[in-house]
Amino acid sequence: MRLLAVLAFSFFISLPALAQQPIIVQPGAPGQATKVLPSTTRAVLPPLSTKDVEFMQGMIMHHAQAVEMTALIEARTENKELRLLGSRISQSQSDEMNFMKRWLENRSESTEMEMEMDDMEGMDHGSHSHLMPGMLSGKQMAALRRARGAEFDKLFLEGMIQHHKGALVMVKEMFDTAGSGQDAELFNFATDVDSGQRAEIKIMQTMLGKNN
Amino acid sequence: MNRGYIFRLLATSLFLCACFGAGTLAQDAIEKAPPLPAGMTGADVNDPRYKLTPGLWDAGEAAFGMKHLMLLKKPDAFQLGVDSNSPQVATALKSLGVPAGAQIPPTIKMAYAGLAFANSDLAFQGNHLFLGNFYGMNIFDIADPANPKLLTSMLCPGGQGDVSVYKNLMFMSVEMQNGRLDCSTDGFPPNPPPAAGQNPGPPAAQKDRFRGVRIFDISDIKNPKQVGAVQTCRGSHTHTLVNDPNDKENVYIYVSGTSFVRPNDELAGCSDGTPEKNPDTAKFRIEVIKVPVAAPQNAKIVSSPRIFMDPRTGVVNGLNNGGSHDGDGTGKPADTDQCHDITVYSAIGLAAGACSGNGIILDIKDPANPKRVDAVNDKNYSYWHSAAFSNDGKKVVFTDEWGGGMGARCRPTDPNVWGANAIFNLNNNKLSFASYYKMPSAQGESENCVAHNGSLIPVPGRDIKVQAWYQGGISIMDFTDPSKPMEIAYFDRGPIDPKMVILGGSWSAYWYNGNIYSSEIARGLDVFELTPTKNLSQNEIDAAKSVRVAELNVQNQQKIEWSNKILIAKAYVDQLERVSALSAAESTNIRAALDKPVRSKLAGFAASVQKQSRLMRNDPYMAKMQALAAILKQPGI
Repeated sequence: MRLLAVLAFSFFISLPALAQQPIIVQPGAPGQATKVLPSTTRAVLPPLSTKDVEFMQGMIMHHAQAVEMTALIEARTENKELRLLGSRISQSQSDEMNFMKRWLENRSESTEMEMEMDDMEGMDHGSHSHLMPGMLSGKQMAALRRARGAEFDKLFLEGMIQHHKGALVMVKEMFDTAGSGQDAELFNFATDVDSGQRAEIKIMQTMLGKNN
Repeated sequence: MNRGYIFRLLATSLFLCACFGAGTLAQDAIEKAPPLPAGMTGADVNDPRYKLTPGLWDAGEAAFGMKHLMLLKKPDAFQLGVDSNSPQVATALKSLGVPAGAQIPPTIKMAYAGLAFANSDLAFQGNHLFLGNFYGMNIFDIADPANPKLLTSMLCPGGQGDVSVYKNLMFMSVEMQNGRLDCSTDGFPPNPPPAAGQNPGPPAAQKDRFRGVRIFDISDIKNPKQVGAVQTCRGSHTHTLVNDPNDKENVYIYVSGTSFVRPNDELAGCSDGTPEKNPDTAKFRIEVIKVPVAAPQNAKIVSSPRIFMDPRTGVVNGLNNGGSHDGDGTGKPADTDQCHDITVYSAIGLAAGACSGNGIILDIKDPANPKRVDAVNDKNYSYWHSAAFSNDGKKVVFTDEWGGGMGARCRPTDPNVWGANAIFNLNNNKLSFASYYKMPSAQGESENCVAHNGSLIPVPGRDIKVQAWYQGGISIMDFTDPSKPMEIAYFDRGPIDPKMVILGGSWSAYWYNGNIYSSEIARGLDVFELTPTKNLSQNEIDAAKSVRVAELNVQNQQKIEWSNKILIAKAYVDQLERVSALSAAESTNIRAALDKPVRSKLAGFAASVQKQSRLMRNDPYMAKMQALAAILKQPGI
């Protein structure tokens, strides 16, 4: 009797308390039961992979060359459409470089890629062509610097298409690496780079067709 | 990833800030605002919303025509577990030379956690509010709107957590790489770093990865159970619930995927590429899922309509106009190979799609096979983001998410036609542009701000939309006259941080059964009520409050029906007096009669109003006069 009374009592006091307490649950796979988690549960981030960090570091370097290329436009062509395209690329890639640097800094990662000594050897400064897909070689950059007018327009468009296609390769390689691209901001950014650069490639291909 | 790793990262973030000064990070974080392009008008710098004091929890606030009732903070289960007083953090801080007792600034925490735990879209059912999050879902009891209570926190990461509810079913969008079939928060482990010159190891494909639409049984609101999960090639960025008026046994889900296509070895049948090279590409389409309501586990994709096809040539990338600002150096081009969001309006058999490079209209009378009937582009649009119909189906409001939602796009030098709503007339399935509307106040450089999600407020006789503008706050737009939209109310907070753009602000602001609810990305759930102003009377607010719905999924638009009650007539009288269609004296007399309704007396006014309306001919207020006369004649007392 006494035990029952105690049980009944505790039932009455605990029920309202339980009703007010929000519950934290985690569903299972389809058809599986849902788990109840302790009220002390705190959020965790998905794993960050080495490839995620390398992707951001590499993309900063990659974007830097695009900005370098657009800086050549001013003195080399009067093509209004190209100048407009150049300012758009310059603006968006500069913004994105800032974003990437902040992303890395927030995760206390270096904004520059660590290079093996093997890579450093024989590397001529200012050219990282063998590092990131699509980047223009020192020779290509020199030709672009020398060109003027229509010749410049053509080399710029061809070079930027090659450059942008490289970014698509980088995004694909990152997502194709196990455990990569799970960070929400990185996912968002890489998705954005992919769709934005694809659209820009198409615009440049159209411009190139017109120029020829 | 273990907790200690997060501690270290956060502690080091603080260290970076302390040593190099917040300014170093901040300078990088802020985009330089380009000058206002020639011929364009920027935002209003004299508005009280422009220079509100910053703060995560103590930011300055400005409001007009709406009252903030409460903010319920994001629950702890959706915040990174960081306590600067814990021994691990203290040790980490000490090792970095940070003085004991130093607090990790909340903005650093937010900057780091950002999008991973962002609140997203809202849905409603009865007394329950469903608040989506990149990390799962929170369900609230809103029986007392001024005092919402959290019932259930459901962990199930994968972003964006776009949500819909139908009877005992809840649907949720998943698009990201960390989404798992089992809702685990673990994600997928990276391979160990490869030795120099070696390949990184096994492929990334994961059978347990989930990107698509999850289906939960919410019969027990405190124990949502996953009963189905439909995988799609690009995941689900957003989705739209679609009812078939002729079929009560099934509902449909339109899936808008905006991300990359998964490899075939992860999900059979998925392939990427341009349609010229790969006719089966998973781009340039949406997916339609059919859900048997009684057997949701059998939900499956029933069609993948090529809604961008050119009907003459059969080319699947037939639209692809691209969206980019003319003469602008900042707008990014967007291909039309995806829809970002679709709003269906089954009552008129149409849907409006905001499809990155274009705005489109779909005929959805056969819900499994939507057909495009019109498409538009706009020179001031960057990214077609969302759409909403007016209640009569004769107007469509599109939004442009210029800058993607992470960027400050309401600065004084940002044009008021970029990142704005575009209002179109819809006539015989054809769209024609009417005007732009952008939240008029300038915002700071650290406030992400652009047009985002909103819903109609059911004030009879007017087209009114409440809308989220991220850190630009909430703006209520009257677009009754599509060529002259105007703001009638607003709420805004200062920036989360004065120097850095920390993702925050209102993701969605929706009217539901008498109140406005806002999903604040970083802070939590906000609740508001309307207050009367010269723009909106108490009678009009009461009339809007009288409209009750059992369920609200904003992108599944339902026709609003008003009763013939006295309070609806009072709203009409106020509106007609405001535009001088009724004289002040007559308005006062009708209102007095409505306060003490006697049928014979009201009938007399009905005859008088009806007579006046006949003389108005093409006046835009004629219909309203007749609506008023109809209620006066047969009031629902």
